[in-house]
Parts: sequence; structure tokens; C-alpha cells
Amino acid sequence: MELRVRDLACARGGVPVLEGVSFTLSSGEALVLRGPNGSGKTTLLRTLAGLQPPLAGEVSMPAEALAYGAHADGLKATLTVEENLSFWAGVYGTRDIATALAAFDLEDLRERAAQNLSAGQKRRLGLARLLVTGRPVWALDEPTVSLDTASVALFADAVRAHLKKGGAAIIATHIDLGLDARVLDIGGFRAKQREAGAFDEAFL
Amino acid sequence: MIRLVLRDVRLAVRAGGGFGLGLAFFLIVTVLVPFGVGPEGAVLTRIAPGILWVGALLACLLSLDRMFALDWEDGSLDLLATAPVPLEGVVAAKALAHWLTTGLPLVVAAPLFGLLLNLSGPGYVWLVVSLALGTPALSVIGAFGAALTVGLKRGGLLLSLLVLPLYVPTLIFGAEAVRRGAEGLSVETPLLMLAGITAGTLAVLPFAAAAALRVNLR
Repeated sequence: MELRVRDLACARGGVPVLEGVSFTLSSGEALVLRGPNGSGKTTLLRTLAGLQPPLAGEVSMPAEALAYGAHADGLKATLTVEENLSFWAGVYGTRDIATALAAFDLEDLRERAAQNLSAGQKRRLGLARLLVTGRPVWALDEPTVSLDTASVALFADAVRAHLKKGGAAIIATHIDLGLDARVLDIGGFRAKQREAGAFDEAFL
Repeated sequence: MIRLVLRDVRLAVRAGGGFGLGLAFFLIVTVLVPFGVGPEGAVLTRIAPGILWVGALLACLLSLDRMFALDWEDGSLDLLATAPVPLEGVVAAKALAHWLTTGLPLVVAAPLFGLLLNLSGPGYVWLVVSLALGTPALSVIGAFGAALTVGLKRGGLLLSLLVLPLYVPTLIFGAEAVRRGAEGLSVETPLLMLAGITAGTLAVLPFAAAAALRVNLR
């Protein structure tokens, strides 16, 4: 399993933000994306996840290898922790949610509706979703927002376990997770101004 | 995909899910019309097929803007788009869930509302049949409109304006089937047209809606 990115350029809202991004990520490796606000970390991750097409360059990885963790956790407020998680397990065709609940210390909250969780607990549930996807590459956007130090440690442990099992992770974050990870500062790939595309470009 | 349908139905029947909203609206329309038009039975019998169909259509319209907007807001639409489910399947599942929570209750409750409007005897069967055939099209067309307007603030207005003209053929043939049925005429032609519209929209619009979603997710 290898994720290879070559000369990738991507845009947000029709404005190019990144160009010439190249890296490879193989099994057992983690890559930490750094860069100031607005430098295109989210855009890069969304492009990798296939939510938006790249302007140029290519991304090569095995089909259906990537699990995307966005800013929003995608939780349904009126469903319980267990229902939320088993929904995603069902979508990804896996069954086991107990491991994920245990990894993020959510067992006591099983029956609690997601609307009654604290911000940090919601985040932990959102991250537990990654474990039930069973996918090898995690692309995570600011995963530690609203987590306390203990939960950050839980998260780092989960990532470490994932890497040990041959997975890979690409994480946009500002804090030090204590992972043995390469750091990619994407501030250096800022796209130069270029002439605007046709007005209907976004639709084609 | 079945999971998605089950989840949406479950969300709809939980608190604040909007189940029953369409039904309540339908009830309000059919209760208010006799007050507005007057108690004359003959007049009500004449307008009943049209009013029932218009009421059902507007009731369907009421819950459309929630179809994708809620998933968009909490980020699950992004996650569904990256999940191993085709987006066309997501659209179909959401339309089915919408029909189960809005269209189906309307179909079931329609005879009762027909009574309030003094619908004539043989019309009841055709009211149920035409609604059962026609409301799936309303949900699928609505899913297309919802996919086009997802991510827009207050997209509900635009959604209604986009979707209403597409609802017109279903309304015409649906109401016509009930009218003919109530008068004891042959209902074959309008029912076939209605079924044709439903089959056509079911076949085409999930793909169009998925394409619209992909553009809106960028």
C-alpha cells in the first residue's frame, strides 16, 4: 500500500492555493501537514479524499483506501453513540464497533444521544468512526480540536496502533502528537497567482 | 444503502425529525378548504381530486429542503461521499427514506382526507392508487432539487421554485386519474402516464442529483 502524490495543484473556491505538492506515504508511516491558516491543508486533504478534482498532478493509491476525517464529525444529534457508530460500520461493511468504542473510551457513553455529548466527546466519537472504516489510509483534518490532553494521548495511541498494523496517516495539525512522523510544511507550495479561469469552470 | 434508509427513517421519527409534518399539513389543507369553499357537497365533490393532489404535493414539498441540508451541515454528506457507497445510491436511499416518511403516510391517510372533501365513492381507490404511483416521483424530483440547492443558505425558496414546474405533470395526471375514477370513467391513460413519469424520474434523476451533489461538494 502506497500513497503517491505528484505535482499536485488544487484550488479552493476557484482560487488556486497549492501547486507542486509531491510526497509519498507508505505503510506504517505518518505524515504531519503544517502550514499557517489558509495555506490549503484542508483543500489538500479534500483533494486526496476525492471530494474535489485536482487542478493538475496526480494522486495514486489503491482504490477505496482512504478514510477522511473532516472538521465536522458527521454525527446525528438524535442518534446514540452506538447508533452513530454502527451506522458508519454498516456503510463500510464492518461489524466490530466495540474496539473503536474502547479505543476512544466511549463505552460508558454508548446509550447517550450525540446531542448530549460534550465537544470533546463528540470529537472522540468522530475519530472512533475511523476505526470502523477499516481503511488503511487516514486523512485527518485537525483531529485534536477540542480534545483534552488525555484524549489527545488516546488519539495518538490509536494512530500508533493503526500504523503498526500497516496503515498510514496524513494529519493536518498544529500540536505535537508525539508521533514518529515526517513533517510536510505546505507553506512552501503556495500557488502563484495565475489568470482566472472561465466563469463556468467550477461546473465543468 | 439499506442502512442509510433505516438511519434516515429513524432520524425522521425521533424528536424534531419532521415525521408527520407533511401529514399535518395535508390535514390542515383538507380541513380548511371546506371552510373556505363552503359546505356545499356538490362543489366539494367536484374539486376534491384536485385539492387532494395539490395538498399531497405541497406536503411533500415541505420536508424536501431537509433531505440533504442536514447532512451537509453536520458534515456527514462529505463522509458519505467518501464512503464506499455510490453517490447515486445515496440519493436513491435518501429519496426512498423521504418517500417512506412523507409519501407513504400521505397515501395511507388520503382516504380519510377524501372523506373530509366529500370525494365520491369510486374515487377512493383511485386516489390511493394514483398517490401510490405518483408520490415516489415527487420524492425523487425533490431529491434532485435538494441536491441542486444543497449548501445554499435559505435554499428552500429556490428549491421550491425549481421543483414546482417539475411537479406539474405528476399533479395533472394524478388529479386527472382521481377525477375520472370518481366519475366512473376509465383511468387507464392518466395512470399509465403517471407510472411512466415515476419510472422515468426514478431511472434518470438519481444520476442527475448525484452529479449536482458532486459539484456542490467541491
